[in-house]
Amino acid sequence: MADVLDLTAAQAAERIAAGELSAAELFSFYRDRAAADRAAGDDGLNCFTWVAEPGEAPPADGPLAGVPLAVKDLFCTRGVPSQSGSRILEGYEPPYTATAVERLQGAGASLLAKTNQDEFAMGSSNENSAYGPVRNPWDRGRVPGGSSGGSAAAVAAGLAPWALGTDTGGSIRQPAALCGIVGLKPTYGAVSRYGMIAFASSLDQAGPLTRDVRDAALMLAQMVGQDPCDATSLQFPGQIAVPSAERLDGVRLGVPSELAGDGIGIEAGVKEAFDAALAQAEALGAQLSEVSLPHAPHALAAYYVLAPAEASSNLARFDGVRYGLRAEGASDLIDMYTRTRHDGFGPEVKRRVMLGTYALSSGYYDAYYGRAQRVRTKIAEDFAAAFSQVDYIVTPTAPTVAFRLGEKTGDPLAMYLNDYCTVPMSLAGIPAISIPCGLSGGLPVGLQLAGAAFSENGLLDTAHALERALGFDGSAARV
Amino acid sequence: MISREEVLHVARLARLALSEEEVEPMARELSAVLDHVATIGELDLADVAPTSHVIEVTGRLRPDEPRPSWPREQILAAAPDANDDGFLVPSPQA
Repeated sequence: MADVLDLTAAQAAERIAAGELSAAELFSFYRDRAAADRAAGDDGLNCFTWVAEPGEAPPADGPLAGVPLAVKDLFCTRGVPSQSGSRILEGYEPPYTATAVERLQGAGASLLAKTNQDEFAMGSSNENSAYGPVRNPWDRGRVPGGSSGGSAAAVAAGLAPWALGTDTGGSIRQPAALCGIVGLKPTYGAVSRYGMIAFASSLDQAGPLTRDVRDAALMLAQMVGQDPCDATSLQFPGQIAVPSAERLDGVRLGVPSELAGDGIGIEAGVKEAFDAALAQAEALGAQLSEVSLPHAPHALAAYYVLAPAEASSNLARFDGVRYGLRAEGASDLIDMYTRTRHDGFGPEVKRRVMLGTYALSSGYYDAYYGRAQRVRTKIAEDFAAAFSQVDYIVTPTAPTVAFRLGEKTGDPLAMYLNDYCTVPMSLAGIPAISIPCGLSGGLPVGLQLAGAAFSENGLLDTAHALERALGFDGSAARV
Repeated sequence: MISREEVLHVARLARLALSEEEVEPMARELSAVLDHVATIGELDLADVAPTSHVIEVTGRLRPDEPRPSWPREQILAAAPDANDDGFLVPSPQA
């Protein structure tokens, strides 16, 4: 079975369809690997919060042919623990399954495991989880990124063929970059948010974390579409195609100095790998030019108003009444609410709930939320102007490679800077993909491509051509 | 710098109990983030419309068709405390 580990999800599905591999065997191969990581405790990567029991593999019908899927904890899965990495949802098993998961299962994916994450998707290192931190398979002393850290590490380590994550300000792209895999954040509204435990509703999007670009397209193709249960979901224009481009002739790539230039904290090794990838793109026929996103440097500030504000509202529902944890010994109702929230939320979630409540409180709305929504408009306008000159924008995904566990936990602002290059696209609602573009000091570097709304097919094709030329080999991270 | 009183006021609004040891670090950390956030105060945004939705959608309506909701016992089963009729909570005025 050793060669099974080398198969991408698409290759595994093809082999199953051709009768060369049994879906049950594939499921039990990955289930055993995931269960071993879970059983290893501190000696493992701590990727999973739940792993399927043996023999649970469903039939291998549909285009995904039974290929096992790891799903971020915050997706509701019927009868399976879904806690969004939080203590406050202790023991919660939802009565329904999120639309994105249901669609993938309907296309033949089988639920392998739930993955560890930063609590309520708030974090860039996966150190804010009630289940403890996830370790990076490239170096276990380092973080996998976050918040979809368990999903990224599981795919990189070969503990799952592919995984589902969510991205609010970079939570798919940044961990994908730090773990040397592919991560795609779709256009806002392309995938239903129904059944995703909400963080910031105007930004949250589900997307694939995969070994390669083709797998990302295969998964996304089964996820997109309007859902009556999510009024912000949209009909995707056309179908997601299998990417096949090998050249980039005539493709115009824009490099914004605001997100890829000097003086914004991009590590030398990251810059080097990024520049080498740009040269590779040029060799494939792409036309490179500089573009400007003048308001991008303000994106992080706007994001840290908008996301916490929406979070403080979304997380109001966790009060010890309907699900999860309830603090004991409360003197009255309000005391029960406040104590439950004190005991159930971790430090970063408390910080963001406080920040959001402050920004929305009487007298501050215009100065914070109102202004941030105006900055958001300017950022979207910057992108629209850039896309009148170029087809795609290219930046490093994260300013650094994976950092050490504990290195940034004492300084929230330093942690937030991880999202510097990914937040602008989130605010504009546009799709963006991270692909591995090389190593720096033995650790993966990610390259981000972003396009206009609903440009996923072109984005995937461009990423595919570049991926093939770069020839990144992630097999060293497999356990 | 956010004051201790402001932190306690916001915590009250957020229905969040903070221990004595949590108050001072919270004031410090919130202040650091708000200082960074204040940079958007420098931009001239007078004529800019706030974003209400990133992807343009016009008001979408669906037919108002009644359909069954979740069975009560299934929802109540997830609660920390419930009886056959509803959620049980401590008295508001104990």
